[in-house]
Amino acid sequence: MSSPYALEITDLNKSFDRPAVNGLDLKVHGGEFYALLGPNGAGKTTTLRMVAGLLQPDSGDISVFGTRLAADPLEAKRKIAWVSDEPMIYDKLTPLEYLEFVSGLWAVDPREAERRSLDLVEWLGLGPHAMERCGGFSKGMRQKVALAGALVHEPQLIILDEPLTGLDAGSARQVKDVLLSRVKRGTTIIMTTHILEVAERMAERIGVIAEGRLVAEGTFAELRNRSGGENATLEEVFLDIVESNEETTDVGSLAA
Amino acid sequence: MSASPAASAASAAFAANANSIRWYASHEARLIWRDFASLVTAGKPKRIALVSTIIAGFVIGMHLFVVHLLRNQLETGIAADKATLLMISGFAVMLGSLMFSQAIESVTRAYYARSDLDLLLSSPATSRRLFQVRTSILSVQTTVFALLIASPLVNILGFMDDPRWFSAYLVIMALGGFATSAAVMLTLLLFRTVGPARTRLIAQIISAIVGAGFIISLQAMAIMFGQGFSRLALFTSADTIEAAPALDSWIWFPANAAMGDGWSLVFLCAASLISLILVISYSTRRFADDALATSGLMDGKGKQKTFTGFKKQSGIGAVLRRKEWDLLKRDPWLLSQSLQQLLYLVTPGLLLWVHYGQGSGIYYVVIPVIVMAAGQLAGGLSWVTISGEDAHELIDTSPISAKTILLAKAEAVVTIVGLVSAPFLIALMFFSPRAALCLAVGTLLATFCAVVIQLWYRSQANRSLFRRRQVSSKTATISEAVVSILWAAGAALAFRHGIFMVPLALMAGIVMGVAWLLRPQGQG
Repeated sequence: MSSPYALEITDLNKSFDRPAVNGLDLKVHGGEFYALLGPNGAGKTTTLRMVAGLLQPDSGDISVFGTRLAADPLEAKRKIAWVSDEPMIYDKLTPLEYLEFVSGLWAVDPREAERRSLDLVEWLGLGPHAMERCGGFSKGMRQKVALAGALVHEPQLIILDEPLTGLDAGSARQVKDVLLSRVKRGTTIIMTTHILEVAERMAERIGVIAEGRLVAEGTFAELRNRSGGENATLEEVFLDIVESNEETTDVGSLAA
Repeated sequence: MSASPAASAASAAFAANANSIRWYASHEARLIWRDFASLVTAGKPKRIALVSTIIAGFVIGMHLFVVHLLRNQLETGIAADKATLLMISGFAVMLGSLMFSQAIESVTRAYYARSDLDLLLSSPATSRRLFQVRTSILSVQTTVFALLIASPLVNILGFMDDPRWFSAYLVIMALGGFATSAAVMLTLLLFRTVGPARTRLIAQIISAIVGAGFIISLQAMAIMFGQGFSRLALFTSADTIEAAPALDSWIWFPANAAMGDGWSLVFLCAASLISLILVISYSTRRFADDALATSGLMDGKGKQKTFTGFKKQSGIGAVLRRKEWDLLKRDPWLLSQSLQQLLYLVTPGLLLWVHYGQGSGIYYVVIPVIVMAAGQLAGGLSWVTISGEDAHELIDTSPISAKTILLAKAEAVVTIVGLVSAPFLIALMFFSPRAALCLAVGTLLATFCAVVIQLWYRSQANRSLFRRRQVSSKTATISEAVVSILWAAGAALAFRHGIFMVPLALMAGIVMGVAWLLRPQGQG
């Protein structure tokens, strides 16, 4: 079933000690670069982990390009790549061996996988280290290997949770360039970040999540108009949205 | 804002003691105590009463066992003859080798574990005092373990034969001092000769060989000289006693010390203390430099490899199996830890060789030992592949069903166990096809059960925690061991008659049932 949405989340709920995601509705268009922002503990990572199949929702529905995650998780996962802020790679494998393994998991033809892998390691500046084990790599290099792993099977939807945390300026630039080039080729990207400047410059649409709900969504210009500051930065807009949401919640709880 | 009186008092005490030996000692003691408490209670303080009861029951049981074991000797009284001195010396060497093995492991961990070394070495405080305390505590920890092992024997002898036997505790402490000194010196020697990159692995291998080696050597000698399979057979043999040095030989002085000879005891304790002080004083001077040299080595890059292109692999099972084997192959430390128990296969191998064609008695020893080792190996490897998955999020987000992934991982484990067991199985087929069949069935069942238990109790963990894997689930560890023992005994009895295996198979089934009932929620 074809769907205009790369990701469609309906009434998603997940609680731990308290509700982490609370009736979230979210739609991301195919080929879009979407930034998901929110204060600490807002439910961003929990939401994305549920989309990646790493957490089971309490209720609600998640569809990836029309495939319901609950009904056919393997088909949905075929279209997704997940990159977390703590890159989980194998210390004892080299980047190329890691990419060969990931390609095997996604059943990519070995010749095609090899071509893509060689391109990716060069593109990400990993060429000189392609046959060294990842154990001695810096955080930035590990993150680049993880990103290469996410790209090697050419997913339709890439989900990144704080991918730029701990990267130096050069590495962050390389990662951003790779992501933008993928969006140009039609890949959908959903990214959480605390670096608001990155969201402001890269994302086509921005969603703000607070207390497990989507409290604002739109292009940067739309969000700026909403908060009423013509020359406001995304940081000011973001803080304004979050603070007004807190005030609304406080008034609501007082009224209750 | 002024600090509270309590905070001010604590701050004053902190400032007064900071960076002193006493301050470091209390810091280390607190860490050890909390580590021990969390190990015992597993995060549930109410468990202390239960654990204490179990420990008390075990200690009482061990004392009663020793009384039963020594009932004849206790009735007649124990004389300081060659047989007694030989037995005590053998026991001391056994304990000493165990302590040395444990000390090597602890010392290398102190150099390589980076938990707080970066903090300590980057602080302006002099770390030498801390390392003095840390090495001393290593010695105490090593000794406490041996004291606990020996305490039922020493207590029973002390209370029921002669109080002079209590001096054996001091002998064990002295041995602990020697063992720690030797372990530190060995580690430093390895640092200087093979370099920090290889020291840990070589030290681990030496630790494994020393720990198991002495006991295996005793068994091997007993087998070679036709004195049975018992570890103590060599010490009780008339030939050995006859060949042992005279009673006035210097070689007996540790044994004499254990039996209460004052001068021997003083000499032994003084020598141990002096060696420990000298070694601590020498090693801690360079500890910081040596510890710094290990920084980053745990993440070694390995040799630069040549790219040979991606290989065509037949299915997801092959992809996962290859990954598991590559990771194991490239982690010599983990491999040595996993294969450590295979050292115990040396003796059944020797038994087969020595007793070729001499009746069926040896099969009752060979079959269970191999089945047991296979079960334990399967359990360890299953934990590594299933729970110790370093990139679990990658695997969980891949378009492959959990069942396929777990099956492929189990296949990787079964293949390795099969490869290890195969030579014994093939050799046994030439001796007795029936014994080979029993061994094959027992090995298969023990392996299957170990893998299944690890599947039920899987939890995300780092591979480097392999040695502490039993901490995550004691139920899994105990049921894995019990089931391996049951299948080992079952396979041996099945060699006599197939029907004898039935009750043990039923018991194994019950243990598996209990393990399944107690499995963490959400595990299938």
